[in-house]
Amino acid sequence: MTKFKMHLLVCGGTGCRASESEALFHELKTALVNKGLENEVQVITTGCFGFCEKGPIVKVMPDNTFYTQVTPADAIEIIEEHVIKGRKVQRLLYVNPETDEKVEDSKHMGFYRKQLRIALRNCGFIDPENIDEYISRDGYQALGKCLTEFKPEEVIDQIKKSGLRGRGGGGFPAGLKWEITRKSVADQKYVVCNADEGDPGAFMDRSILEGDPHSVIEAMAICGYCIEASKGLVYIRAEYPLAIERLKIAINQAREYGLLGKNILGTHFEFDIELRYGAGAFVCGEETALIHSMEGFRGEPTMKPPFPSVSGYLGKPTNVNNVETFANVPVIINRGPEWFASIGTEKSHGTKVFALAGKINNVGLIEVPMGITLRDVIFEIGGGIKDGKKFKAVQTGGPSGGCLTHKHLDTPIDYDNLISAGSMMGSGGMIVMDEDDCMVSIAKFYLDFTVEESCGKCAPCRIGNKRLIEILEKICKGNGTMEDLENLRNLSQVIKDTSLCGLGQTSPNPVLSTMENFYEEYIAHVIDKKCPSGQCKALLQYIIEEENCVGCTACARNCPVNAISGERKGIHFIDQAVCIKCGACLEKCKFNAVLIK
Amino acid sequence: MTTIKSLDDLRKIKSAVQSKMLLRERSDNPEKLVQIRVAMATCGIASGAKTVMDYMITELEKRNIASVITQTGCMGYCYAEPTIEVTLPGKEAIVFGYVDNKKADQIIEKYIKNGELVEGIIPVNYESIDDK
Repeated sequence: MTKFKMHLLVCGGTGCRASESEALFHELKTALVNKGLENEVQVITTGCFGFCEKGPIVKVMPDNTFYTQVTPADAIEIIEEHVIKGRKVQRLLYVNPETDEKVEDSKHMGFYRKQLRIALRNCGFIDPENIDEYISRDGYQALGKCLTEFKPEEVIDQIKKSGLRGRGGGGFPAGLKWEITRKSVADQKYVVCNADEGDPGAFMDRSILEGDPHSVIEAMAICGYCIEASKGLVYIRAEYPLAIERLKIAINQAREYGLLGKNILGTHFEFDIELRYGAGAFVCGEETALIHSMEGFRGEPTMKPPFPSVSGYLGKPTNVNNVETFANVPVIINRGPEWFASIGTEKSHGTKVFALAGKINNVGLIEVPMGITLRDVIFEIGGGIKDGKKFKAVQTGGPSGGCLTHKHLDTPIDYDNLISAGSMMGSGGMIVMDEDDCMVSIAKFYLDFTVEESCGKCAPCRIGNKRLIEILEKICKGNGTMEDLENLRNLSQVIKDTSLCGLGQTSPNPVLSTMENFYEEYIAHVIDKKCPSGQCKALLQYIIEEENCVGCTACARNCPVNAISGERKGIHFIDQAVCIKCGACLEKCKFNAVLIK
Repeated sequence: MTTIKSLDDLRKIKSAVQSKMLLRERSDNPEKLVQIRVAMATCGIASGAKTVMDYMITELEKRNIASVITQTGCMGYCYAEPTIEVTLPGKEAIVFGYVDNKKADQIIEKYIKNGELVEGIIPVNYESIDDK
């Protein structure tokens, strides 16, 4: 076997690939061949490192050097300087935004310091297309242990003891779900992996499948053993082509090794996995809708009970878990439920993966122990708010969640605390907003999304959400009344109480939580007809400050609707009745004479 | 690919591929291992640092010593190249000069295995910014 003395790990996640990491990979290989080093240095494509903000990432082992924003053109320099001469390429190192200092080693980066990677343990470390690398990291050991040392009930017991809760958002205890499915009697049962990730700004499931597909396959097999199912199905959205490709490669490798199929590891256990593609509908993340979609019907939810654990895919008992939930399972078996239960808070054990997005310095994928505070996530790991602006709110749980504010910054994050704060864990999208964001518009944005994604089966969701958005639009245009605010609140409550599935039951959350935490902004829109953050166009006024105006006529010449009048070298004036608030005058004025009010 | 028929087969594959992954596994927790840095600037390379590095990698592996070996830039002792810096877990780093394969062998046998000092130690005449 060739012995490599250096490994170059190149991120092959969707984000980094979009910025040419594939070309970079080939350039690095070519440069190594040209220098005759191909037998000394190995280049590996890995899954997501999480630090998507600064991609593409190249990590050099064994010295742990972390290069950011590397382009294919940098390949030769990395080989000539770092690999051959042992000098780190300074300009590619990560710069700490607070101290302006270069960080040579990923262990000293604020982004990684507070993280604990369990579900993401192999992402950015192994080659996801190489089953041997997974095996070298204890891969399939947990499956082997379960099949040879434990009875299914004992495995379920371990999952229960670990306290693992569904990471898709509901937070239902995974072990209990497995137990219920096991107890349902049928000739055929199914294990379903829910890889339909629809939250705006969320990409943790995609990254796990791209970076470590075998961990999900292994866990599904373990679940199959526990509930006596011989078939597994991964429901994945078709717009995740890279995740699909890596999953297919992984399934084939597992089959070739006999880790899927008949007589797995010399036992009588039989299990295989197939893929089912979704067209990308938010509601299909709901388990009953997902099952209907897999059966070839419209992705509409049905009343529960019966729960899928009793009657699911094709009417058979079906255990549905999310990708991240599965990714935790092999580690729990390998390291023991007590170890897992010791991480996190009293009622929420383990870690949670979040996709950090919005007005934050370090956009990316993070995994943190439950119980960490929002402050640590946003200011330590996230590196604080972009451009030195002030923090205003953070939306957790996607469209189903709510907006949290300053007063929640020190709340430990777990399932129950987030719910009592008026939001929820959801699948783990976390979108940070700064002082420039208008909370009424944000509520409208999320509602826009739910209205689009509602399947339309039940009236409260189909009609109610549409009405909600109409009221919000009215408020943003400056035509809102106090009565509208009252209606907004009542209607939201009715939709929550009467909708059929989780989509409708949670869709008013952004409205309710922004009303709760930012009521003064609603009042400003309704009473003063002002948008404090200057986002609602209809409520803005562009005016010219007389003192600064020199009469250069630049604004008047660029106004598309001729709303600006004034003599050359004289003071100009904007006619509010004609102005369409396009902002062209503001852009063209060189004397800071145009103001937004 | 052959089929894996038992948990033992699986463990065999694991240990076979593990050495390939050691480089990455170990560098995740370097402070618990023997860390060796080989000065590999022009001066070092010209006096044979590459051969020494290859030798150390093979020998430490052969003698089952968990270690992380990295290359670094010029340490400043160009007169004494090749130079290597050895940090044993929990101890101060020590720099050795004039290292050839024979000397490297002594360093492994005496210093790394038993903590005995060998000839050729270069007094470190600088402070690193971590000490400040």
